[in-house]
Amino acid sequence: MSHKPRLAVFKFASCDGCQLQLLSCEDELLSLAESVEIVHFIEASSHVEAGPYDIALVEGSITTAHDRQRIQVVREQSQTLVTIGACATAGGIQALKNWGDRADYVRSVYAQPEYIQTLATSTAIADHVRVDFELRGCPINRFQLLEVLQALVAGRKPRTPTHSVCLDCKRRGTVCIAIARDAACLGPITQAGCGAICPDFQRGCYGCFGPSAQPNCDSLADWYVQDRTTHVQLVPLLRNFNADAEAFKATGDRIDPHSEPGTV
Amino acid sequence: MLAASYANHRNRILMLRKFAKAELNRLLAHLRSLGFTVLGPKLEDEAIVYGQVDSLADLPRGYSDSQQPGKYRVSQAEHQFYFEFNLGPHSWKQFLFPPRVSLSTAQLDATGWTFETPHQPAPKLAFLGVRACELAAIAVQDRVFLHGPYVDPIYQARREAVLIIAVNCTVAAATCFCTSMLTGPKCQAGFDLALTELDDCFVAEVGSQRGAEILEAITTESATPPEIEQAKVREQGAVEQIQKSMDTTNIRNVLLDNLEHPHWDTVAERCLSCTNCTMVCPTCFCSSVSEVADLSGEHVQRIRQWDSCFNLDFSYTASGTVRNDRRSRFRQWLTHKLASWHDQFDSSGCVGCGRCITWCPVGIDLTEEVAALREPPISNRRLPVIEPPPTICHLPRSPVDPHAAISAEETQ
Ligand code: SF4
Ligand code: SF4
Ligand code: SF4
Repeated sequence: MSHKPRLAVFKFASCDGCQLQLLSCEDELLSLAESVEIVHFIEASSHVEAGPYDIALVEGSITTAHDRQRIQVVREQSQTLVTIGACATAGGIQALKNWGDRADYVRSVYAQPEYIQTLATSTAIADHVRVDFELRGCPINRFQLLEVLQALVAGRKPRTPTHSVCLDCKRRGTVCIAIARDAACLGPITQAGCGAICPDFQRGCYGCFGPSAQPNCDSLADWYVQDRTTHVQLVPLLRNFNADAEAFKATGDRIDPHSEPGTV
Repeated sequence: MLAASYANHRNRILMLRKFAKAELNRLLAHLRSLGFTVLGPKLEDEAIVYGQVDSLADLPRGYSDSQQPGKYRVSQAEHQFYFEFNLGPHSWKQFLFPPRVSLSTAQLDATGWTFETPHQPAPKLAFLGVRACELAAIAVQDRVFLHGPYVDPIYQARREAVLIIAVNCTVAAATCFCTSMLTGPKCQAGFDLALTELDDCFVAEVGSQRGAEILEAITTESATPPEIEQAKVREQGAVEQIQKSMDTTNIRNVLLDNLEHPHWDTVAERCLSCTNCTMVCPTCFCSSVSEVADLSGEHVQRIRQWDSCFNLDFSYTASGTVRNDRRSRFRQWLTHKLASWHDQFDSSGCVGCGRCITWCPVGIDLTEEVAALREPPISNRRLPVIEPPPTICHLPRSPVDPHAAISAEETQ
């Protein structure tokens, strides 16, 4: 690219936490501004420019008919579309509604449900348009975000590992809490990226970064229910920030005691 | 005097000294005065790990562990020994082959690129409490990093600076199988000192000139025949507690002749490909190297980090991923450890420490896998599965069908 790449940030159904990671790149913001031209970033500036854009960062999931159309426009206007965060890559925590009744939810949350226009599901951006790169996390890791931007500017493939959280625990010398404390930790099936923070604080991994490459969620779930947790507890753990991620969803659905009446 | 007699190759038995337990404190102080940082077992986060040990008070005195596939517990026991436990999740590998190191840097300025290999002086480390299988593991890594055509300078500098005070096991965990791998539980070689803990003293075997020299800094006496006998009895205690075994007869060929054994599929159904077994293994030596640049692309660091054959990216090549399923990755691990390691390094890649058994999140036990692979295969046929390349775009899919969703809304 001869000119500075034009960067745009778009929000769909999300909490803004991932966009905030871009703003918290305080030390790097200046050099970021030297490498890319941020032309559309409502969280940071009310000055917005029209497309096309070289790089679009998309946060959030698709939960309304309007957003479902808007993402098509974003796609058309963007050379490279990168989804950021668990909402954009796996439907987010709001994808829990995929297992419920939308009308029920709307009635119990809103005083005037007739004003609420929402789809029955919360789905990942890649369920609607082609995505060039997915950056995982709830929220994303800002160093990984910088890596992705650096790679795109340099014209190379971003380097974000797809291995398990376990590898990072071991590199930092953290004692495995699944083995030493019987924690129902999702680390072995969760993609690294957070730096293995939770296990270092003796808290089982919640799976913020979604499934690792070729995860074996069934095996881990079947092992954990033998002595340390129950299906009832494990299902919500799998249906968390990445509820609609295929691998977590498949195992959660398989072991869900409510999916077969009478097995609870 | 001790040092001189060691130099004169006196009878090894004469080199069995004993010292009161409190003298170990003076030995640690002496090592510190020589500039060593002493690393040894410590109780931390519900496990016995390796960290800095400044005095006897830092050691997990009175604690023991219990281990089984996928489970580890440490608890206070009815004894006052300092070393009455077996291996924890850490190994000495982390100090000789650090998990993450910067290999070199590159900077771009007006005059062009400057490449530098930072000189990293090796820390002067003393390892306290190295067990027999761990000595064997260090010897295995020596072959890998020092004795081949490519010497690893980081490992070499650290290895040459290290002083080793070994400890003979007096108990064995349910996951130990050093007797099958002929690596323990008695320390045979590769130490400066090897201690056996008795009720009120340590019996020390001198393994090097340097070991003899440091012993001179504290008060020792010749171990008496009853003490030597008691040490043997304690060491035999570990041998007798070992329950696990692995049949290593012709193991290289057994594994390599059975690459299509259906048991590989069975174990792949359980294996998570999480890398834990390779990370805790004291002999696994794999790493990956990446160049990490800042946003400007003008400041680059070359970083080496521990890596594992259980990672998908590990076998990624220009033509795709070579080991694209868990079955082939598990097979790579087991056949490397127990079979092709022999071709590569003329030794086994497994020393029987049992860590991979304890620290596997789903309790996979390589000794059982080997036993199963020795059984005649029920069916030797496996059709190749050609997997499509991973893709990010996953539309459309069920049951979350966006079209179904809108029609529900429209009918509202
Ligand atoms: S054998 Fe166990 S520790 Fe090793 S990769 Fe498989 S599940 Fe993980
Ligand atoms: S393969 Fe397992 S038992 Fe063998 S040395 Fe490695 S961790 Fe220890
Ligand atoms: S078993 Fe795997 S990680 Fe270990 S040395 Fe062999 S290839 Fe490397």
